[in-house]
Amino acid sequence: MRFAVLVKANEQSEAGVMPTAEQLDEMGKFNEELIRDGVMLAADGLLASSKGVRIRFSGGKTTVVDGPFAETKELVSGFWIVQAKSRDEVVERMKRAPFGHDAEIEIRQIMEADDFGADMTDKVRAQEERLHAIQH
Amino acid sequence: MQGDVEAIWRIESPKLIAALARLVRDVGRAEELAQDAFVAALSQWPSEGIPRNPGAWLMTAAKRRAVDLIRRERTLDRKNEELVRAIEAQDVPDGYAAVDEGIGDDMLRLMFVACHPVLSREARVALTLRLLAGLTTAEIARAFLLPEATVAQRIVRAKRSLAEARVPFELPSSTELRDRLASVLEVLYLLFNEGYAATAGDDVLRPDLVEDALRLGRVLAELMPAEAEVHGLIALMEIQASRMRARVGKNGEPILLLDQDRTRWNQLLIHRGLRALERAERLGGALGPYALQAAIAACHARAATAAETDWQRIAALYDALAEIAPSPVVELNRAVAVGMAFGPRAGLEIADALVDEPSLKTYHLLPAVRADLLLKLGRKDEASAEFERAAALALNVRDRALLRNRAAAAASPL
Repeated sequence: MRFAVLVKANEQSEAGVMPTAEQLDEMGKFNEELIRDGVMLAADGLLASSKGVRIRFSGGKTTVVDGPFAETKELVSGFWIVQAKSRDEVVERMKRAPFGHDAEIEIRQIMEADDFGADMTDKVRAQEERLHAIQH
Repeated sequence: MQGDVEAIWRIESPKLIAALARLVRDVGRAEELAQDAFVAALSQWPSEGIPRNPGAWLMTAAKRRAVDLIRRERTLDRKNEELVRAIEAQDVPDGYAAVDEGIGDDMLRLMFVACHPVLSREARVALTLRLLAGLTTAEIARAFLLPEATVAQRIVRAKRSLAEARVPFELPSSTELRDRLASVLEVLYLLFNEGYAATAGDDVLRPDLVEDALRLGRVLAELMPAEAEVHGLIALMEIQASRMRARVGKNGEPILLLDQDRTRWNQLLIHRGLRALERAERLGGALGPYALQAAIAACHARAATAAETDWQRIAALYDALAEIAPSPVVELNRAVAVGMAFGPRAGLEIADALVDEPSLKTYHLLPAVRADLLLKLGRKDEASAEFERAAALALNVRDRALLRNRAAAAASPL
């Protein structure tokens, strides 16, 4: 299963305050562990919403609205994409993230319910295996 | 609490077992000690709360138990006394930031031991999932559609084999490294294919093997960053996994690569796969068997539409693969690629050479490929007969029907 771990914005991130060298170092070590355990697929931080833009779709028309956006707590300031066995595993790992005070992260499973058809027989599977060998 | 502890087991058990195996010099015993520590955790944590650093707590508990066990054994000779002292001298790493650098080597040793050549292939697979992916025996059993008792016995026997063969908890020497690494990679790819081939929806654990294999592959790549074939295998697995969503139709029917909706391919996995392939090539491993297969998969991944596929490059890659890892199936693949790249006549020449190949006697894709090439050459009657033959050999109704239709279409005057 894959999960998106969303880091919520706060006043500092919205003010464009960059993490200290020490915080970066801590986060680097945390991320290293995620990589070493084969869990992390991607991760990045986002600039403040003042550098962002929104596009609203309504009645076939689009409106482009420049940041910053007001509702700080609803904004995202960074994310991880991780692969794990269960949501519990992600929770357990993310509890160890070095956020110190005043942070909130949200863990959302990435949709993949339609990955597999329901009625594949063993023979079709074997077949597919060989077809796959041919077609790569 | 149960869920929390299971999650912690998943995260901590491989490292715990690896570190313990170095201390007690026995993988089987290390695993039992790790389990005992978790049993202790399950009884203590609900009342005391989960410790701030569960990994360190578990390690301390396991070491205490290890010392108890060794002491209890009657044969308390000097060797055991040394072992006890060594265990007690080991500091427990504190916090993720302080996980000692040695843990990487221990994990690598554990991987090599779990995939040791004294073990059968089935045993290697089961042990790898148990020790390195943190799967329970029940989960492994479900993933392989086997009774739990069978898997449990397989694991017990594997651990006993390792002990009896006195397999040391060490990295392979440089002379055996190549073969031993090949064995590890084989186990990972086997796991991957076991999951990749399984597309049944009722039990999600089988396709989970794809993720387990990918995860272990990534762990291995971190541990052996300079080994080109490790990156080659990861590239192959990531790119193949990127197509999981596109390779099965609404009714569960397989969709061939060239017919897949490429917008459903997972771009993140493709990106990761291509990057791993570049890494393998940079390390001089472009001609390794996994890197070559990955390079072929990458050709498809790079083509936005099937028509844009670089068949000449794929044909050249199959030529190289046929050199280093020749097999009838590789030849048949090569026939398809050459047919696409250089015209049906060239492809048919390769396919024709396989007609007497015993291992392909009942393989319907050989006549299917020949039929396709014959049809492109305008030899309709022969094509129709080959499609018929392929239909007769096809294992499932859907394919048989498809091939019969093609046979009829080839035979019709239009």
